Amino acid sequence: MLEITQLVKRYGQNEAVLKGLDLKVEGNSVVSIVGASGAGKSTLLRCINRLEEPTSGSITLNGTELVHLKGTALRQARRKIGMVFQGFNLLDRLTVMENVLAGRLGYVNLYQAITRRYPQADIERAFSLMERVGIAHYANKRADQLSGGERQRVGVVRALMQEPDVLLADEPTASLDPRTSEQIMMLLQSLASELSLPVLINIHNVAQAKTYTERIVGLRHGTLIFDGAPADFNHDALDAIYGGIETPDESVTGQPPAAGEHAHGLA
Amino acid sequence: MASPDRSARGEHAPRTWRKPPFIANPLVRYGIIVAVVAYLIWAFGSLPFNWTRIAEGLPRAARIFSGGFPPSFERFGLLLTGFKESFQIAILATLLGVALSIPFAVMAARNIAPMPIYLLGRAIIIVSRSFHPVIVAILFVAAVGFGPLAGILTLTLYSIGFVGKLLAEEIEEIDWGQVEAMRASGAGYLATLFYAVFPQILPRQVGLSMYQLDSNLRASAVVGIVGAGGIGSTLMNAFGRYDYDFAFAILLIIIAVILLSEGISGWVRKKIW
Repeated sequence: MLEITQLVKRYGQNEAVLKGLDLKVEGNSVVSIVGASGAGKSTLLRCINRLEEPTSGSITLNGTELVHLKGTALRQARRKIGMVFQGFNLLDRLTVMENVLAGRLGYVNLYQAITRRYPQADIERAFSLMERVGIAHYANKRADQLSGGERQRVGVVRALMQEPDVLLADEPTASLDPRTSEQIMMLLQSLASELSLPVLINIHNVAQAKTYTERIVGLRHGTLIFDGAPADFNHDALDAIYGGIETPDESVTGQPPAAGEHAHGLA
Repeated sequence: MASPDRSARGEHAPRTWRKPPFIANPLVRYGIIVAVVAYLIWAFGSLPFNWTRIAEGLPRAARIFSGGFPPSFERFGLLLTGFKESFQIAILATLLGVALSIPFAVMAARNIAPMPIYLLGRAIIIVSRSFHPVIVAILFVAAVGFGPLAGILTLTLYSIGFVGKLLAEEIEEIDWGQVEAMRASGAGYLATLFYAVFPQILPRQVGLSMYQLDSNLRASAVVGIVGAGGIGSTLMNAFGRYDYDFAFAILLIIIAVILLSEGISGWVRKKIW
């Protein structure tokens, strides 16, 4: 369970980006966080795995307080928090397999990491996850030779290799075309239930948020102003979150073929 | 001012154009010219040019040149030994320098080194770059004696300074997202370096190594002159013994070798970039 209480993040002396945020995520729920650019969505996710330092407040994951961790304790806590990035952030010059195994870097020692001698169990897990998302045949291909959708699958698998207790996805589909981004959203949704993993997804596309997630959290100017089921996310909520700021992307291109997505179970 | 249709018929005074002066202010413009001329007059007037000595020197230079022709390749073995040593110095110094430049580059990269380490790394690189290899070679010859060891140490230091600086700048420009991804997965500092940083600077590193090998070969001939071993020492001895024909042979071979190594290193760098 991820529990955030009174989270404040302020850069220097500027107005706070997050102003005392409370959020609780349990079980294997898929939560989407919507809000205009600058509302604090990315900062929120990045505070959870401490890529940003929270100014004050508390974040606990399964009872462990994350805010004041340092050094080894912080690294060990991060192992349990997977993250998927907007720009994929793959190790471009390394192979897909090396990228996937990099998700285990928090567990193996430096010698194993440099010589790529990962434990057999890690290799097995890598192959089964890659098969699950349909990229196993790319294992020895360089990561920068893949298409956008394939690259994001590598990113998702890398995060799952950590055996995380929670998955954070920071605009995972914003660099992808509409169809591919729906495939990635479906993938995140089904992986969450298969692995009973809570997933937090920052997303711009409100239509996709409503279609693929079971709870929507709306941020505006660093404050939580909506928290509820997609069915309750009506026009008023939309106006409250985006009103006068920008028009959100309001389209779903139609259901992509689901056969490939759900055919393989997770071995 | 003439209207367009009138000017088309040419019914106006001829218009002139001159390139605007490089320095707009005439006072500054003429002031600089006057200052340069004044300096030249003062410099030539006050520097001790001994014209009689220069007049004597010209036939002496002619004697050296005529003594150098035809170049003598008689003591080819000596020449070969000198070059072999120069190559050994250059290759060893490049390997050592390039390998050592990596930790110093990491230390001197602002984005991945903490402030005190960064300052230390920058300081080391600045110091190793601030002296010409010949000056460093003089110091090392004094410290470890004549011979190739002084040359190797000199060129290693030279390589650390040059490659380290450029590599540090390369590290400062890497795609930071990869580093964040590794941090987010709980990877330690060194694992992050090996996965997210080194692969990104690898092509540049190989290119710099090739360039440095080429440059060290050239420099190894120079530092030999102050006693740091290699072909430079052979050359210096030949001059010392008035073996001008042998010295000329050495110079010709140096030119040939440098041309060749420049060609090869250029070709390799083009291949990998």
